[in-house]
Amino acid sequence: MANANVLGVFAHVDTTLDAIRRLRARGFSELTVYTPVPVEEIEEEIESTQPLSMVRLFTLVGALTGTATGFFITIWSSLQWELVTGGKDPVSIPPFIIIAFELTILFGGLATLVAMLLLGKLPKRTPSVTYDPRFTLDRFGVAVACPPETAEQVRSLLTGAGAEEVRR
Amino acid sequence: MSVATRPGQPSWADVNRDVIRTVGMPGNTYFGWMCLVGLTLGAGILAWAWQIWTGMGAAGKRIPQMWAMYITTFVFWIGIGHAGTLISAVLYLFRAKWRTSIYRSAEAMTVFAVMTAGLFPLIHAGRMWFAYWLMPYPNQRYLWPNFKSPLVWDVFAISTYLTISVVFFIVGLVPDIAALRDNATGFKKKLYNVMSLGWEGSDSQWRHYRRAYGLLAALATPLVLSVHSVVSFDFAMALVPGWHSTLFPPFFVNGAIFSGFAMVLILVLPMRWLFDWYAYITDRHLDAMAKLVLVTSLVLTYFYVCEVFTAWYSADHFERASVFAKASKQYAWAYWGMYFCNSVAPLVLFWKKPRTNVVWLYIISILVLIGMWLERFNIIVPGLGFDFYPYTWGTYYPTITDSTIIVGSFAWFFLLFLGFIRVMPSLSIVEVKETLAHPLRHAHGSHH
Repeated sequence: MANANVLGVFAHVDTTLDAIRRLRARGFSELTVYTPVPVEEIEEEIESTQPLSMVRLFTLVGALTGTATGFFITIWSSLQWELVTGGKDPVSIPPFIIIAFELTILFGGLATLVAMLLLGKLPKRTPSVTYDPRFTLDRFGVAVACPPETAEQVRSLLTGAGAEEVRR
Repeated sequence: MSVATRPGQPSWADVNRDVIRTVGMPGNTYFGWMCLVGLTLGAGILAWAWQIWTGMGAAGKRIPQMWAMYITTFVFWIGIGHAGTLISAVLYLFRAKWRTSIYRSAEAMTVFAVMTAGLFPLIHAGRMWFAYWLMPYPNQRYLWPNFKSPLVWDVFAISTYLTISVVFFIVGLVPDIAALRDNATGFKKKLYNVMSLGWEGSDSQWRHYRRAYGLLAALATPLVLSVHSVVSFDFAMALVPGWHSTLFPPFFVNGAIFSGFAMVLILVLPMRWLFDWYAYITDRHLDAMAKLVLVTSLVLTYFYVCEVFTAWYSADHFERASVFAKASKQYAWAYWGMYFCNSVAPLVLFWKKPRTNVVWLYIISILVLIGMWLERFNIIVPGLGFDFYPYTWGTYYPTITDSTIIVGSFAWFFLLFLGFIRVMPSLSIVEVKETLAHPLRHAHGSHH
């Protein structure tokens, strides 16, 4: 059976936070919280039950791939064309560090971008049913996916926490 | 109804309104400026076409000054491109909240300045249709870059810098374009929706976004410092007197930040007036920027002194002769002009009043830009003009062609920037809101 979606619209950070806590205390865990700006308190509350964002793993792997690519491309090609330039050994590590460094940053940055898109599920083709344009202005939203029979309970929880508006 | 945050402060809805109203159909004055900028750019393009048609002789560069004005202007623009990432990445990591009001325009400035700078190696190299030879790509002609050459490091450093700056810039824009979308209708709404990647500001989106933003800032910070260091290697790795110095990387990075902040002031001051953003870009912001200009100016003066001292103390005949020639021969005007613009004029900022006075700030910023251009000129033109052997000495005379191309590069930069401020939010909606007090029902819980 499809879940019901109940949305509470809030005007304040503290009431939003309160709603999240109350819902969680009653066992509602499928929450989506919309905020116009990232709010540390809300983020902390959400991250208390979720693992840390995996973005950093992508960054690490991307950056290390960049370092390896930088050294590989320079060392490999120097071995292919064994030319002595500037009286230096064909494979001279110090100048290659610069290429490796730049590629570390480049690949790391691009991997971070990819991670943000993949993990944040962007681009999002169709808007969520619970989304409201006010969420980029000055309102906060708490959307709850719950079994239809508990929708009324959720509604009263949201209103009790101080929602300006509750809708299904 | 908007939710009031704190008396005297703009509310969140005010921020949306004040930023969104700047995006849209501009008035006649704007188009007048665009025409002027467009015509200047047209002249620059014609001059470049003329140079391609007749050959590099159309530019004034001759032996010994084969780098002359193009590379001077290239280094100048790369330098301008430094303040943006410094503000958006370094100041982000330091949690300097005043950055939020200016960082978007500074980032746009960075991207456009690097795009302008990127033109110069092409213009300078002459046969710019072979520019792709700089990149390592599989080919059957054994064309492969020499990874020990600073010019190749430059290619990697600058293309990485441009890519990462663009990524940073676009990532920052995403939630703001979503705000534009939610305020638009019809086709515009659809377009903004695509551009904002369907951003909704849900917890999972913010969670990954914030993490990614912090990591990008952490990656961009060493990058900012490395790019101009690498540009300085173009000089420092050569044996030319006055170039071959370990002083160059910090000297270049500091100069870049100095000129970058001057350019930010030049762009932000008219924008504040035009868009009536006095509530967001306050005297506090001007003061902070002016202080950074002052500090970097003092550090730069220290480097100038070091340069002269090192030349004297080294007892190296050529080093001493190079400094002496710069200060007394045909380019002395550029040398002393540089000292005046970079070391003397910014001292005014020691006083509080000029730090928040628009006219003073504007004059000093323009002087700084002139001074920083002269600095690069002094490194390159007299540097190459007074080499080891007197028979290779020479004087560079600019031509109409190369001067027009350089003026055209400014037009290209301003065209991009003027276009940007009417198409995209040039003040970050999200970050400005973040620094305002968050709306709370129970004020006692407030610790903002």
